Amino acid sequence: MGKYSIKLNGKKHLVDVASDTPLLWVIRDEIGMTGTKFGCGMGLCGACTILLNGKPIRSCSTPISTIKPEDKLVSIEGISSNTSHPVQLAWIQEQVPQCGYCQSGQILAVASLLESNPNPTDADIDTALAGNICRCGTYQEMRKAIHSAAKSMQVNPKTKSK
Amino acid sequence: MSSLDMKQSSRRDFIKISAQAAAFLAIGFDSLANGTGVKVKKMPHEPHIGVEINPYVLINESGKVTLFNARPDMGQGTSQSIPMLIAEELEVRLDQVEIVTSDGSDKFGSQMSGGSSSVSTRYLPMRTVGAAVKEMLIQAAANQWKVPVSACYAKEGRVYQKNKSISLGYGELVASAAKLPVPKNPTLKNPADFTQIGKSIPRPEVPSKVNGTAIFGMDVVIPGMLYASVAHAPSIHAKVKSYQGEKAIASPGVKFVLKTERKMPHASTEAVAVLADSYYSALKGKRLLDIQWESAEAETMNTDKYFNQLHEAGKSSGFEYKESLKGDVEQAFSSAKQVLEASYQTPFLAHAAMEPENATVYVQDGKVEVWAPVQGPDSLVTELAAYLGLKKEQVKINVTFLGGAFGRKAYYDYVLEAAHLSKQINAPVKVVWTREDDIQQGPFRPGMLSVLKGSLDAQGIVTGFEHKMNGASILNQVFKVPLGNAPDPWAEEGINLHDSPYAFPNRRNSFSLISTQIPILWWRSVYASNNLFGQESFIDELAHAAKKDPLEFRLELLKDSPRFVAVLKKLGELSHYQQLKAQGKSIGIAIARSFSSICAHAILVEKQGAGVTIKKVYSVIDCGVAINPRNIKAQVQSNITMGLTAAIKNEITVVNGQTQQSNFHDYAVLRQGEIPEMEIFVMMNNEAPGGVGEPGLPPVAPALCNAVFLATGKRVRKLPFDISQVS
Ligand code: FES
Ligand code: FES
Repeated sequence: MGKYSIKLNGKKHLVDVASDTPLLWVIRDEIGMTGTKFGCGMGLCGACTILLNGKPIRSCSTPISTIKPEDKLVSIEGISSNTSHPVQLAWIQEQVPQCGYCQSGQILAVASLLESNPNPTDADIDTALAGNICRCGTYQEMRKAIHSAAKSMQVNPKTKSK
Repeated sequence: MSSLDMKQSSRRDFIKISAQAAAFLAIGFDSLANGTGVKVKKMPHEPHIGVEINPYVLINESGKVTLFNARPDMGQGTSQSIPMLIAEELEVRLDQVEIVTSDGSDKFGSQMSGGSSSVSTRYLPMRTVGAAVKEMLIQAAANQWKVPVSACYAKEGRVYQKNKSISLGYGELVASAAKLPVPKNPTLKNPADFTQIGKSIPRPEVPSKVNGTAIFGMDVVIPGMLYASVAHAPSIHAKVKSYQGEKAIASPGVKFVLKTERKMPHASTEAVAVLADSYYSALKGKRLLDIQWESAEAETMNTDKYFNQLHEAGKSSGFEYKESLKGDVEQAFSSAKQVLEASYQTPFLAHAAMEPENATVYVQDGKVEVWAPVQGPDSLVTELAAYLGLKKEQVKINVTFLGGAFGRKAYYDYVLEAAHLSKQINAPVKVVWTREDDIQQGPFRPGMLSVLKGSLDAQGIVTGFEHKMNGASILNQVFKVPLGNAPDPWAEEGINLHDSPYAFPNRRNSFSLISTQIPILWWRSVYASNNLFGQESFIDELAHAAKKDPLEFRLELLKDSPRFVAVLKKLGELSHYQQLKAQGKSIGIAIARSFSSICAHAILVEKQGAGVTIKKVYSVIDCGVAINPRNIKAQVQSNITMGLTAAIKNEITVVNGQTQQSNFHDYAVLRQGEIPEMEIFVMMNNEAPGGVGEPGLPPVAPALCNAVFLATGKRVRKLPFDISQVS
């Protein structure tokens, strides 16, 4: 066991866990934030996606020991304080979620995509989301929502990042 | 099943005022832990206080309306569609009410989400509930104002006096309303006056699913609970001969290593569980277990062997479905100009919902409480009470959101597993299956074999049609119904005379039972997903043999079924079928009725290398009254995606008892970049509402394979197939 300091959604957390503990379980069981989901445990489905310094990572396959105290981690709970991130708004607008279980991961992957690529093509979307499975098959609605979020972020660049 | 359910629900849904109608009643998540200082942390747990006018509507004096949804939401939208039926008649907007999933207790009647039956069986009962309560509230207001009822109307939670600016909120009226007699035949609204049904209103739970606050079973935290990871037998069925748990118990965080059992309807198998103070500690502990299994018998389970038996059985005729029997097929075959025969094989499949199986259970003296994603809290109450030797009243189920289910979460082995462990340690236990458990342990959709034979006369008219189904029976294995010399009635789904009204003068459907110990269960659209692949592919074969266009051929055979004709004609229009055909494009079609709705797809493919690529999927669905058209389209998309996955991705195979696939690398599902464009049309009519969660699936594989035939000349008769290499 060891003590680790991590910064999640702008807040510092001290946790005492084994060094190989995946971030997923640290966030869910130790910190108690359950928006990040367990889907496969092998980096295959993307349900556990969070952002590490703005880039999507699979938290199920990222041991806590690889995280530096100054690293910035963002989970779905930290993407906006009142469900106001343009990607969240577009998701509501297009009524994307069905069961909803994969959506935290999808939204974070998209938020990161739009940060680096404000006007993604369909091919860019395919690449960026290749690691995120939706068993309910909400892919088409997601694609629509991504394009509409991209538009709203261009019209309103201030909402782009908080 | 649906008419029975209908009868039962109308009996159950009689409006009754509870004995202390005017008193405040608290129902809801009164945790078992009351009095012990333990509280549910993350479930909605405030007691629901108010006047319970009937089991589904609770109004308190401040006007807060709580509607109970007795159909768990697994992504198909019942947390909106079911309460909306009440709200429409009660004259409240859905965003004015709180929606709570029922807890399995008897007063709610049947509470199973399955068979795409939620809206179709609840459409009238739920509206009647809402209408009756509204009439009582209006009557109470009329009494207070001393005006006739006809001078009053209800809107958005208030009763108004016509042409006057006075009104009373439902909260102000509820105490006196509850003392009134319950109207026996409340008047239902004219559908033309609906303000919510049919309107694609945003689903109320969506925001919680984009900000991480929706609580799935996986997210339940009960103070004092331990996390369990279970080492299941690699061969599914096994006894634990011996095990060494010392290393596991010495691992940090691990509290117990316990032998346990997995109770399935047809068999019990043993397992070893590691319980720890965090899930990861439990998982790590499990990896340190050393277990010797006894599973010689299970090691004879082989899907290859099973399919060989199916092909053997397919050579003789099975038990025939008497109700579907028409004329004399043998006679038709012997006098025909052309006779065609073909067999179609469909594989075992895992459900692979995104949220793996999990359950949190607390067994105490004389009571048990469950927090879990389950499709039917009422059937779980029955099963768990029997398992633990308790009365039904001692079982309490808190249904969470379901992270997908597709039939799997109506099979409660994972809940019973948590109960077995909680009972051993007298503490709440949360069992979380791994993805490997989910994919390897079953239950699976059974693999089936359709053996088809059809005959044509000189004009290319079908004279005889025979469909022999061969395979395992869910009714027999899961529900232990002996079939004797009868076919499995469920296995005819989608091809019985009602579902498949093709005008064949001579027709015969039959079923041969091949039993297996491989756990099986319904999987989205159940046997219709197997049957229709064979049926709709073979219709296509007959059309080509008759040298007729497959769409025209079907229209001719279905000319006495106007809803089918309308769907096919619409599909032709939507997909520009004639033009595409004229341009030599490869567009395949299939149509099916299942779960009381008709759905047809046209799939456009293009040859690419040795295979094809899917260019576009066009769909038309007729599900009768459309509650939320946008959600219906979403469900059709969902079914197309799942149907294509089943057709071209992986199957489940079992070799010597062991499932060969384990996670999403070898049991792949379609991803964003693999999804074809889709265009979906929802027919609008006033027919009785049918199902929506499943009917889009059965016609997917045959429409695709019919297109593949046009593009490559190759007939796919076995799923799944490699779309990049059609041979
Ligand atoms: S749970 Fe991490 S990728 Fe699936
Ligand atoms: S919405 Fe259910 S898995 Fe994506």
